[in-house]
Amino acid sequence: MESTIVFYLLSALSVISALFVVFSRSPIYSVLSLIVCFFTIAGHYIMLNAQFLAIIHIIVYAGAIMVLMLFTVMLLNLNKELGTHKFNLTKLMAVITGGLMFLVIIASVKSSSLANYQAPAYLNIGNAEDIGMKLFTDYLLPFEISSVLFVSAMISAVLLAKKEVK
Amino acid sequence: MEIILFKAILVLVLFLISLGIAAYSTYAERKVAAFLQDRIGPDRAGPFGLLQPIADGVKMFLKEEIIPNHSNRWLFILGPCIFMLTALMTSAVIPWGMPLEFNGTKYALQVADINIGILYIMGVLSVGVYGIMIGGWASNNKYALLGAIRGSSQMISYELAMGMSIISILLISDGSLSLSHIVESQKGMNWNVFYQPLGFLIFLICAFAEANRTPFDLPESESELIGGYHTEYSSMKLGLFLFAEYINMFISSTVISCLYFGGYQFPGLEYLSAHLPANLVSVISIGALFTKVFFFIFFFMWVRWTIPRFRYDQLMRLGWQVLLPLSIANMLITGGVITFFNL
Amino acid sequence: MSITTEYSAIFIQFLVALGFVVTTMIVSHLAGPRRKTSDKLEVFECGIESEGNARTPFSVRYFMTAILFVLFDVEVVFMYPWAVNFKQLGNVGFIEMLIFVGTLLIGFLYIIKKGALQWEK
Repeated sequence: MESTIVFYLLSALSVISALFVVFSRSPIYSVLSLIVCFFTIAGHYIMLNAQFLAIIHIIVYAGAIMVLMLFTVMLLNLNKELGTHKFNLTKLMAVITGGLMFLVIIASVKSSSLANYQAPAYLNIGNAEDIGMKLFTDYLLPFEISSVLFVSAMISAVLLAKKEVK
Repeated sequence: MEIILFKAILVLVLFLISLGIAAYSTYAERKVAAFLQDRIGPDRAGPFGLLQPIADGVKMFLKEEIIPNHSNRWLFILGPCIFMLTALMTSAVIPWGMPLEFNGTKYALQVADINIGILYIMGVLSVGVYGIMIGGWASNNKYALLGAIRGSSQMISYELAMGMSIISILLISDGSLSLSHIVESQKGMNWNVFYQPLGFLIFLICAFAEANRTPFDLPESESELIGGYHTEYSSMKLGLFLFAEYINMFISSTVISCLYFGGYQFPGLEYLSAHLPANLVSVISIGALFTKVFFFIFFFMWVRWTIPRFRYDQLMRLGWQVLLPLSIANMLITGGVITFFNL
Repeated sequence: MSITTEYSAIFIQFLVALGFVVTTMIVSHLAGPRRKTSDKLEVFECGIESEGNARTPFSVRYFMTAILFVLFDVEVVFMYPWAVNFKQLGNVGFIEMLIFVGTLLIGFLYIIKKGALQWEK
């Protein structure tokens, strides 16, 4: 009973903060509300007993990626509020990519039967032990390949930054 | 229900203790500085100047609150709030001592014994960066912005080596992320520092950088950046920034003691708990933890007056090119030794 | 110990901390004197007239640090599940991690060789 209330509160917070991300005129407020949104999602993870995922979500998304975002906002000197002087082409591209994303979401919602979905009462999949066992036995190859992905990301970051310095 | 009540009381007590220790750290800092520089230090407010922190606090409250014209008003207020909030949140997962016993029920002296304890601290720490960033940016002051960027870059850089040295600890302990387990696995003098001297050194240096303490206080180096990210702040908003730093120092000392020096464990604790009432043992173990904590707080202050400030390029080189590879090497060596000698 | 109790305790701690911060803000807002002058509300720049806007773009190196931090942070995060299961995974797990770290070290060496972390220039 209590968990239902907490769930609805958290969901409302997630949706409101997510809406704020989109509708906020100032990029810095967008970034901040996205951080709030990540925290509420971490709350959802905890409610599913996926504590490790929750804290990883906070460390990586709220603690690392959003720091980068905030740096970007500061670096680009977005002092004035945006939204009035966008090109039509950018708008068109935004609509297309957003529409594609929307299609994907609709497709996945249609294919899943949400109406009679019963969440397992007690999951253990989100704990560090279980994730580790799965990652280092069943999903070993994707894990090792991800290191190559990291290296390529590092190289591209270095190349991009070098270009800007010159 | 009873357990929740106990935890609520524990939270309040911890909160008051954190504030008290932070307040008296400011006093201790000035006294230690005076001692190291052959001066007397504050001695006017009360006997030995003991009321000085209270006088400082009241003064902070009574100062004029200035929010500069060109700043973002709400973000300006939000910055110190986030910084203080995160500083006060870290103490939740630390085991403070042996359990207390009331009416035959044992109550663990830990606000939340979650199985991701040490990661919780890392998570809260990584969010603390926003306080500095937002505060410095919202001030719309060049010094503040520089301080904020320096501070956040430095904090995120040293977080990496810190995380790596925690992994080495997980390898030698039984692999639990819970801080109470990590402390329990260091029974007697079986402290992690003897197995992880290099890891301890890396962690200690990172703790200094995370707490923005000298020799890594570049974000607020007076001689070049005035006050750094809190240049524009006044009254209690400045107070929150300064205060939160002392709370961070206290919590860092506690985490160091828990991870490397056995937390509340000391040789003979088992003997005592077999022969003395549980509550007395609990109090003694709390005393053991706080002895270690106070030593590290003193150490923080000692270093401040011993080692001069780094240059920013030296700071970044130390973090990225020395500590990070060293911590990776430390982790691999630890793992290799355990794996191949079947320890 | 149930997970609900533990996280409610953290939530209580959050409420206490939030309460303290909000109270401090309100009390210091009410307690302090208010004598605002236009000079006082100017940006502080060591006493001289402030020049231009503070929000100018800063060195790209800070940005670089942030990008690399994200990458390495994810890497460290991958190691936690390994460290937790270190005993069970044994030799094979250690070699798997060696390969992972080895690949990343190549990237790290590349970064250092290219001088992306060089601040003095």
